[in-house]
Amino acid sequence: MRNIRVLILGIYFGIVLVKGQVISWFRINEMFLFKDAYMYLVIASAIAVGIPSLIIIRRLQARTIDGEEIAISNKPLTKGNIIGGIIFGLGWAVTGACPGPIYAQIGSGTYLAIVTFLAALSGAYVYAIARPRLPV
Amino acid sequence: MEKILEPWPWYITGPLIGLMVPALLLFAGKSFGISSSFRDIGAMCSPRTKISYLQYDWRKTLWRIFLVAGVVIGGFIGNHLLSAVPVPFLPETYYSLKGVTLLLIGGLLVGFGTRYADGCTSGHTIMGISNLQWPSLVASISFFIGGLIMTWLIFPLLF
Repeated sequence: MRNIRVLILGIYFGIVLVKGQVISWFRINEMFLFKDAYMYLVIASAIAVGIPSLIIIRRLQARTIDGEEIAISNKPLTKGNIIGGIIFGLGWAVTGACPGPIYAQIGSGTYLAIVTFLAALSGAYVYAIARPRLPV
Repeated sequence: MEKILEPWPWYITGPLIGLMVPALLLFAGKSFGISSSFRDIGAMCSPRTKISYLQYDWRKTLWRIFLVAGVVIGGFIGNHLLSAVPVPFLPETYYSLKGVTLLLIGGLLVGFGTRYADGCTSGHTIMGISNLQWPSLVASISFFIGGLIMTWLIFPLLF
């Protein structure tokens, strides 16, 4: 049942990504060229909703609709945040898609994005192999 | 209805994306993130692997597979049922040997980079920053530095 709810949220997210053109290579390119404020405003307003909603969830000690406690784990700062982050950014500008949009591009009928997807899977696999040797 | 069929403005798109954060917590008790799905699929496809990063029971993170499956379906609905004219999202020039090569390399960087950074635009820039996590801000700034290097320094050599 929970998985069905997650599926519906995924569908919702996919629709928003497409209708907001967040999955467009051109939008991402304009963002990095500073030609258009659109993507910056999208990200800023998403965070502007995210921050207060997490504060409220914490304040009210809200539970899930299944009645479970909500635990939000913290992520530690690592060298990977910077090195991996820059590597991801390089790829993001080329493919015009971060992970969410890769899936939405495929669904939207831009089937060429399957190439991006398979390559991203391979990239994650390379990371899995290389991980013991990478700076943490 | 006609407004829905047109591209949505930022002040609709952004807040609707932000709502994913509380929605996923309240309806499923899960933190928003997409790029971990690459790891999940890797673990799913290599059950007897010796790679420790992929040695876990992917059934416990099966929800994320449902999430990304939903995003694929949502992508279809958004472009084919909720758009007046379905639009392409990659440049015409990418439908070439050079384009496919670029996507292969770019995709590799996206997969490797997001796993090394422990998150992507969803998990760090939206979820992590909403949760006021410094590492997520550092990661997000790094994403942009990478993107700017590619767009301003490497693109001129490629195109």
